[in-house]
Amino acid sequence: MINSAHMVLIVASVLFALGLVGVLTRKNVVFMLISVEIMLNASGLAFVAAGAKWQQPDGQVMFLFILAMAAAEVSVGLALVLQIYHQHKTLDVDRLKELRD
Amino acid sequence: MSTLFYLSSTIAIASTILVITRYHPVHALLYLAVSFLAVGMIFLSLGAPFVAALEIIVYAGAIIVLFIFVVMMLNLGKDTAQQEKEWLKPKVWLVPSALVLVLLVEMIILLFTDSDQPLKVSVVDPRRLALSLYGEYIIAVELTGFLLMAGIVGAAHIGKHMHTPLHRFLQNGEGKKEKPKPLRPVESLKNEQTVLHDQ
Amino acid sequence: MPPLLAFIPLLPLIGFVVLSFFGRQMPKRAVAILGAGTICIAAILTIILGLSFLQTPPAGGAYDQLLWSWFSIGNLSVDIGLRADALTLVFIFIITFVGALIHIYSAFFMWHDDDYARFFASMNLFVCSMLLLVMADNLVLMYLGWEGVGLCSYLLIGFWYEVPSNCRAAIKAFLITRIGDTALLIGLFLLFKELGTLNISAILHLAPDHFTTGGSNIVLITILLLVGGMGKSAQLPLQTWLPDAMAGPSPVSALIHAATMVTAGVYLIARMHVLFQLSPVTMMIVAIIGALTLFVAGCSALAQTDIKRILAYSTISQIGYMFLALGVGAWSAAIFHFFTHAFFKALLFLAAGVIIEALHHEHNIFMMGGLRKRMPVVFVTFLAGAVALSALPLVSAGFFSKDAILWYSWSAANGNPLLWVMAMAGAFITALYTTRLMLVVFWGDVRTPVHEHPAQGMVIPLIVLAFLSITAGFIEWPHNMVHLSLFSDLVQKVLPETVLKPDLPSEWLFQLMAVFVTLAGIYLGYLLYYGKPGIRWQRSPGLSGMRDLLFSGFKFDQLYNFLFVKPFVFITRINKSDVIDRLYNGIAQAALKLNSWFAISQNGSLRLYIVGVLAGILFIITLQILL
Repeated sequence: MINSAHMVLIVASVLFALGLVGVLTRKNVVFMLISVEIMLNASGLAFVAAGAKWQQPDGQVMFLFILAMAAAEVSVGLALVLQIYHQHKTLDVDRLKELRD
Repeated sequence: MSTLFYLSSTIAIASTILVITRYHPVHALLYLAVSFLAVGMIFLSLGAPFVAALEIIVYAGAIIVLFIFVVMMLNLGKDTAQQEKEWLKPKVWLVPSALVLVLLVEMIILLFTDSDQPLKVSVVDPRRLALSLYGEYIIAVELTGFLLMAGIVGAAHIGKHMHTPLHRFLQNGEGKKEKPKPLRPVESLKNEQTVLHDQ
Repeated sequence: MPPLLAFIPLLPLIGFVVLSFFGRQMPKRAVAILGAGTICIAAILTIILGLSFLQTPPAGGAYDQLLWSWFSIGNLSVDIGLRADALTLVFIFIITFVGALIHIYSAFFMWHDDDYARFFASMNLFVCSMLLLVMADNLVLMYLGWEGVGLCSYLLIGFWYEVPSNCRAAIKAFLITRIGDTALLIGLFLLFKELGTLNISAILHLAPDHFTTGGSNIVLITILLLVGGMGKSAQLPLQTWLPDAMAGPSPVSALIHAATMVTAGVYLIARMHVLFQLSPVTMMIVAIIGALTLFVAGCSALAQTDIKRILAYSTISQIGYMFLALGVGAWSAAIFHFFTHAFFKALLFLAAGVIIEALHHEHNIFMMGGLRKRMPVVFVTFLAGAVALSALPLVSAGFFSKDAILWYSWSAANGNPLLWVMAMAGAFITALYTTRLMLVVFWGDVRTPVHEHPAQGMVIPLIVLAFLSITAGFIEWPHNMVHLSLFSDLVQKVLPETVLKPDLPSEWLFQLMAVFVTLAGIYLGYLLYYGKPGIRWQRSPGLSGMRDLLFSGFKFDQLYNFLFVKPFVFITRINKSDVIDRLYNGIAQAALKLNSWFAISQNGSLRLYIVGVLAGILFIITLQILL
């Protein structure tokens, strides 16, 4: 028996926080995308934990949607990474500032 | 089950820490696969075998493979690792970590303000999941289908090697000169691509 | 006979529509026949209507004709309805009959003008509007006619628009009458608010029960109506546009700015006499304004050198007499003076037009002279008009009408010796400046040779009008002479009888004094101007200041320039850089400033954006924990 639903949620929070640290720290776009995946995965874990607590399938359904969204996001994001590299010859997010005011 | 949970949680957290600290992208991706597998084990311990299987298939399988393909296409190797090493000075970690630590602490405080109950694990089998998914969530499923379709089309379109120049304001960097000047001619673009692939 | 009623304004309207659309393609002869013909037929119809009215008076004392319903909003329903009672008939008769004569005259007068069709189109539209004004059975339709005549006045003053000063005169006339029109409009709104109807006969019927005599409501309404009338009729202090309005062609001055349109104010007050009787204060104001105007305008006429400006000031002065008569309650005397004045003033303007044409557009009377022998017909007719204007006893129409006003200004219930003194002074001045005009223009040496003589068609209207200027007065005699009062019998079917004070001195006394004053004025004029070519006394420095004051019409233009134009120009000059706009510019500047500050955060750094999101999340969660 797991002690409590809280433990699962704490694990999810920790994973989320780690992903956020990655997003904030890394300058490389590929690493940032990896970190975003970690965050999405962590939120999916939180949903599944909630579903397990109430013993309902809804949490897992939400995980499925997050999964689909992550797949779509990562495909578009990686296509953008390719394109950015081709056009700017860099993956440094601090140099991709052409939309600044 | 409890042991399984704690064990896999420890592995997940540890491997995630390794993911965000690696300099070499392929290493990071391998640790990410480990992390996903560990999370899959957590799902199993929470009584969600179907989701655990999907986690392994989609995350640890498809998405990691996508990343690795991109890493291969961009030829991110030792040079990138070297660059990452330069970028990731210890002081770079300080501020984000502090901020996120505050967030984490607050989230945990919020969690513990609620009363704590032991979790009774009971397996939610794929049948119930499927009934729910194609019953009350049918609209969301269809919308997800649209989203995936849009993702495929968008990725295919963006991923094409476009010759179309940027907007004239973006081309000459400053946005002030009137005359549009291509960032580089089409021929050189081709050369770069071949150079990329040759490397 | 009612169906005839609608044709009277309809005919000029047809003339206007046809001429304004096809006038340029039509030969001049056809334009003249159409333009003058419609008015002539309307005049014949009016005479038929008038005869039938006199023979078999209709039930209720008026012909009514409802054409169609104009609009209906809430409980206000306005009809296009015509109504002709005795008062209206007098006005229609003058408008169509004098109008027809003037149209015939202008057919020859304007022959060499390029814009022949435009002239007749505007004139026809004017006659149509003026007829609507006097025939309307409700005040909204009357207001339509009121604005219509203002528009035509503007169009015709500025008829020769190539000269900028003509355009300025037209704009001045339009703007100043607009002040009065606005007051009139507000008056109509108030009237509708009080009585809930704008039908004239309904208003006259309801008003005595609704208003208390001298109540503030009725005083306000009547004063607003009076201001409307003052604007149109060029009474003090809104009189300054009329002398400048002489920039238009002479027939226009004759028809619009002497005979008909400027008497619209007189019509309005006479038509609304029930309201005015309920407000003795306003009646007093009307009388005082009339008296002041007749005196001020008469003095100004003394010093003018432009023949048409002299006549313009004398018009203002004569309308002042009408207002005086209205103010003292001598309703029929006022209308009678309008009746005779229309003839002799139209005659004077038309004759002046002939003289001006004959002398190469010379307006200055001191450049004329000796025309008695050169232009005998014009001399005789002009003399008839001048005699009527100066009210020479018994042989002129002006005497009968003006004498009645002089008598009532003392003897009527609202009369006052002071008003009588002003009126007498006015009569003296009128005789003086008329004599001056006659002597300077027709006697003395020839200063400008006559280069063309008037066409036959221009002379006939002059003769007809001269005949009427002499004889029109014979239909109404003073009570003490002959018991013949056809005119007041007719008009008093609509207007109340003049109430006299008790214990009056003999009317003979007043008539003798009036005659004496008139003759004294003529004699003084004779002494000053006859056979004195140098007129040395005029150049004396002591009089020149006085002369300047009179010449500029008591400096009213300068006064208004100082009171209204200068402050307005001053404000606009201050506001050249838009003080108000500066406020809005300031808001825009502040927004731009803020934008430039916040734009620092828009630096394109993705990681900073994420930090921003994180900060927001932290803020919300901290809030949740703390609360």
